Amino acid sequence: MKLVLSLIFFLFCFNTLDVHAKQLRIAVASNFTQTMKPIVDNFEQETRIKIKTSFASSGKLYAQIRHGAPFQLFFSADQDKPEKLIQLGLADKTSQYTYAIGQLVLWSAKPDSEKSVKERLKKSQFKRLALANSKLAPYGMAAKQVLQNLNLLGPSRSKWVQGENISQTYQFIATGNAQLGFVARSQLPKDALTNPAATWLVPHDLYSPVKQDVVILESAKSNPAALRFMQFIRSAKVKNIIESSGYSTLTNN
Amino acid sequence: MAFSQEDLTAIWLTLRLATTVTLLLLILGTPIAYWLARTQSKLKGPISAIVALPLVLPPTVLGFYLLIAMGPTGFIGELTQSLGLGTLPFTFWGLVIASLFYSLPFVVQPIQNAIEALGDRPFEIAATLRAGPFDTFFSAILPQAKPGFITAGILGFAHTIGEFGVVLMIGGNIPGETKVVSVQIYDHVEALEYGQAHTLAGSLVLFSFITLMLLYWLQRKGRFANMSFGSKS
Repeated sequence: MKLVLSLIFFLFCFNTLDVHAKQLRIAVASNFTQTMKPIVDNFEQETRIKIKTSFASSGKLYAQIRHGAPFQLFFSADQDKPEKLIQLGLADKTSQYTYAIGQLVLWSAKPDSEKSVKERLKKSQFKRLALANSKLAPYGMAAKQVLQNLNLLGPSRSKWVQGENISQTYQFIATGNAQLGFVARSQLPKDALTNPAATWLVPHDLYSPVKQDVVILESAKSNPAALRFMQFIRSAKVKNIIESSGYSTLTNN
Repeated sequence: MAFSQEDLTAIWLTLRLATTVTLLLLILGTPIAYWLARTQSKLKGPISAIVALPLVLPPTVLGFYLLIAMGPTGFIGELTQSLGLGTLPFTFWGLVIASLFYSLPFVVQPIQNAIEALGDRPFEIAATLRAGPFDTFFSAILPQAKPGFITAGILGFAHTIGEFGVVLMIGGNIPGETKVVSVQIYDHVEALEYGQAHTLAGSLVLFSFITLMLLYWLQRKGRFANMSFGSKS
């Protein structure tokens, strides 16, 4: 009995040992998954601070943070949710920073050798058009704006299929169930933009930029590890990683 | 907080989907359940396992592979296209077919258990009275296995009402066609419309609660009916 008790005691000790060790928990919008991984690896190597990332849709992360989820930083896919958290007093206003600006691409997994995707869109030559749910995902909102500006909103509506998030939108197109669709540039391989039959990088004047903001949560306002990470995000090295993943960054921040 | 037009459309669509799926599953599932209950074949094990698979597979996994299979290059998609039906994802009937897979064990297993519980006697007695297989089934087996059928119907219905993962993968969120209540609630939460989410979710919970209470009440009734039959003979 004494042996069991001491074993339990030791287990307890080991488990509580690293609670106050240098560790950061960050919540990240799922579209940024692939890009965040090398950033985190670089940071951990440079600073020896361990990072635990949770990837999910911004909506879910927002809900969790509102109900006390133990994160220090929140990388959202939009500006709206960080601003709401600031209004609720759950995030630090001075920390709000646009870490990436998403780019919209019209993509077809089954290119037509004779026509560009842009032409197929304009001439309604498709059975289904995939976009992210405009109510939930900023890329969906941007896609809707593009359609509006091209006067295609009404005519295309009956052919829409909306993905719950940008990843699902990608799935619909990749499996061929939607012939065309709007995805994030970061989801396509780097050389994909060279083929106009498969992709069209939508000009910026057709939609409001998809600005993705990060905030430090109120409870971590003076957390040195959090502040250090925020500084790291602004570094040229990280901006390079972000840009080569298919986002653009603010030039004057 | 009242229901919006979209909420009502979602509720109606969900009820239509659940009713269609339950009826189809009762028709298609009964022969499967009957065979599983009565067979001595070595295939009984593997077939039982296949029927039970949807219980184990995560719904989003099932939905993802259905998305591929029903798509233009998948085996189901190629079949539907060759029949001139186009592809199933993003359509009401696509959801129906997917739900047939998803709710299959919930309908087959109660019926199978009810028939197995009858034992061999009803079949032997019917045979001595010169009843053919269909006559035996409708006159002797079905009336006595009724609680099992009722359970199967209610479980299949309730399970389809609550279906989420599969619909999320192959639905495409089309109002009136594939936007069912579970997806509608999820969308409300994601869009931070918590009030509407609470209302819709609350109604779903209430509905499920009443359904399950009904199920248990009917089961009890069934048990007593069987007992009195047994003591008479």
